[in-house]
Amino acid sequence: MNAPHQPSYLSATVGIRSWLLTTDHKRIALLYFAGITFFFFIGGIAATLIRLELITPGPTLGSPDFYNRLFTMHGIIMVWFFLIPSIPTTMGNFILPMMIGARDLAFPRLNLASWYLYMAGGLITLAALVLGGLDTGWTFYEPYSTFYATGYLILGVFGIFVSGFSSILTGLNFIVTVHKLRAPGMTWYRLPVFVWSTYATSLILVLATPVLAMTLLMLLAERVLHVGIFSPQLGGDPILFQHMFWFYSHPAVYIMILPSMGVISEVVPVFARKPLFGYTFVVWCSIAIAAIGFLVWGHHMFVAGQALYASLAFSFLSYLVAVPSAIKVFNWVATLHEGWIRFDAPMLYAFGFIGLFTIGGLTGLFLAALAVDVHVTDTYFVVAHFHYIMVGGAVMGFFAGLHYWWPKMTGRLYPDYWARFAAILAFFGFNLTFFPQFILGYLGMPRRYQSYPPEFQVWHVLSSAGASILAAGYALPLFYFAWSILRGPRAPANPWGATGLEWSTRSPPPPENFVETPTVVRAPYQYVQGEPRMQAGDV
Amino acid sequence: MPGLPFWPPTASGYASQINVLFGALLIVGALTAGLVFFLMLFFANKYRHGSNADRSGTTKKTWRFEVSWTAATLLIFVGLAVWGADIYLHLYNPPANAVQIFVVGKQWMWKAQHPGGQREINALHVPVGQPIRLVLASQDVIHSFFIPALRIKQDVVPGRYETMWFRADKVGRYHLFCAEYCGTDHAHMGGWITVMEPRDFGRWLQAQGGQETLAAQGKDLFRRYGCSGCHEAGGTVRAPRLEGVFGSPVPLSDGSVVIADERYVRDSILDPKAQVAAGYAPVMPTFAGQIGEDDLAKLVAYVESIGPEQARR
Repeated sequence: MNAPHQPSYLSATVGIRSWLLTTDHKRIALLYFAGITFFFFIGGIAATLIRLELITPGPTLGSPDFYNRLFTMHGIIMVWFFLIPSIPTTMGNFILPMMIGARDLAFPRLNLASWYLYMAGGLITLAALVLGGLDTGWTFYEPYSTFYATGYLILGVFGIFVSGFSSILTGLNFIVTVHKLRAPGMTWYRLPVFVWSTYATSLILVLATPVLAMTLLMLLAERVLHVGIFSPQLGGDPILFQHMFWFYSHPAVYIMILPSMGVISEVVPVFARKPLFGYTFVVWCSIAIAAIGFLVWGHHMFVAGQALYASLAFSFLSYLVAVPSAIKVFNWVATLHEGWIRFDAPMLYAFGFIGLFTIGGLTGLFLAALAVDVHVTDTYFVVAHFHYIMVGGAVMGFFAGLHYWWPKMTGRLYPDYWARFAAILAFFGFNLTFFPQFILGYLGMPRRYQSYPPEFQVWHVLSSAGASILAAGYALPLFYFAWSILRGPRAPANPWGATGLEWSTRSPPPPENFVETPTVVRAPYQYVQGEPRMQAGDV
Repeated sequence: MPGLPFWPPTASGYASQINVLFGALLIVGALTAGLVFFLMLFFANKYRHGSNADRSGTTKKTWRFEVSWTAATLLIFVGLAVWGADIYLHLYNPPANAVQIFVVGKQWMWKAQHPGGQREINALHVPVGQPIRLVLASQDVIHSFFIPALRIKQDVVPGRYETMWFRADKVGRYHLFCAEYCGTDHAHMGGWITVMEPRDFGRWLQAQGGQETLAAQGKDLFRRYGCSGCHEAGGTVRAPRLEGVFGSPVPLSDGSVVIADERYVRDSILDPKAQVAAGYAPVMPTFAGQIGEDDLAKLVAYVESIGPEQARR
């Protein structure tokens, strides 16, 4: 069935036009991969410079303004042009239609338009950063942004505004696809968890992103036209800005982590050769996270001057939103029980995810406790916490998925030894980078400081040393994936012995995904005594 | 210089309470993470592919596990939420005998004004054991007043007063930071808070020179800005007298009642038409843009000094 004369989606048409004008969700996913990878390394370079700068307690590489532009650039690029689009637009785009037995997303041309919007927004913002940068931090707090910020704020914010439409349209596309294009027999409770997670993520994308768009428009209106909204100088309220900003930006955290949770829910059963423990609970936890995630934004503002009772309510709700995340972790671990566990690279990344996400989640409990938050908010404790979630969690999940679906997407295998080495390297590098930052945070080291008291230096040096290991862990895949594309052995249809529909078709898939529309007869992750039972007529 | 600092200095009873809660969170975190990691590694080894471990007892009643670990986490989380909130409420209840210090944040310094009129920049001297209440204002962007040794932090939002209080009970010199990003020299907006024996503190106040008290300076300003023309006896315009007003409820023309605290006094100077005292015409002009935060602090201190609680301070 892997006959070379049958064209794959990669070889069906050739030429640059066939890529830039494609409406094939698989090709669009690869276009996104190019953009995502580019921005990941731009943001990574900024991170490297930040860690270099912080090796000494005084200025090391440049002026305070240089440093302020660095962390602003790092935050904006990583949040809006890597983390938020990362898994949904790449693996979601590629795999989600195949998982439900569809030929494409519901709106293929809208999908391509979304990519152009993403790239346009990204390049506009990148232009702002290259021309001279912004010095607001990625949070654009008011009244700083209106009256005190220097640099290319308007251009940078406009780029984020544009790319927001990419988010909204992508979310819409996924929602409609999941509702309308499921193959015969693919009931809601037969959907792989990755589909559920992407669906929950899409709900947030569609509901929260417009609020960011409005907030950024108001910010621009105030900065350009001096319409008084947020700045007290113009009769506005700076706290209002924070409410609106976090009403988007907290759910945005779940946009980043939910897709990774979906990936882990795919990888763990496959490499444990066991059905996912508590499928229904895991699925509804995704929906619960998406829903409760909209009600916790005020926990970013415990010392900002919001009302006491608001803080009490937000603290309680923040503990509530942690429950479904904890349930997921327990279910993944329970899946391992009595499994036939293999340790291929995707599984090592998944182990890394569970470990780091657990630490990230548990330190979230510290921050949700009002009195502790007063001390550690705006310190390195917060920096460490959200990096454990977004890098330890979201990025580890991204790499788990990338290594898992790579043979399907490219039709090539990669050297497993190097991939496992990279996973372990990234895990240790990550912990060495960010664990010291928890200690720094409780010591009282504020974030966004170029200079700091000398007694903090030891921890900063350790953190920077870890960052260099982490960087190596992230750079390695570039090499072995490049080798895989050029020299890698051809991948069979189902190299991992997985049960999902996407594995029932060729690697790489034909342009129409399935030669015949599959019929689904059973729930996902069906393993009996460690042996997979394939769906779609057991290919 | 200590090699590896693990724990910040703890300079108040409140800070010790935070240590205890933080320690409890560390224990909960370590136990949970320990359990997860142990089970992961244990299962990963025991049930590795190719091992001949017994796999016959495939778990059936999954909902029992789900219900028990959901209930357990929920219970622990609610407990932590209540504990954290309970300590947090202390921050909203300053003791009545607290000494009040006005602090103004601006790019990139903290300026403190003691009741006796002493001023300091990027430094704060306080006596040990004495409750201190800070009234904070910002002249430009949002800053955040952060003393790690006391485990307290408060954002200072321009356009309004924020307050915080503490009682340091350990003599020493502790970091003072700005914790909210505020521009170029954000990292240099800070200094030291010095907690002194009351006798040393008295000597320090003396050494700062014999200024007028903050309230007395405010009284001068009260004349200079023309406030006294209406708000004192014999004024040409009918305006509320301010003696005895501070700290007491003020009925407003819209029927509501506010307590005349620092924020109300400041707002009444800058935006007098927003909250008009009942029975008076809204004729007072705004002083927004004419009086800086330093002078506002003095005026507020003066109005406070002629309030009914003045005897206590």
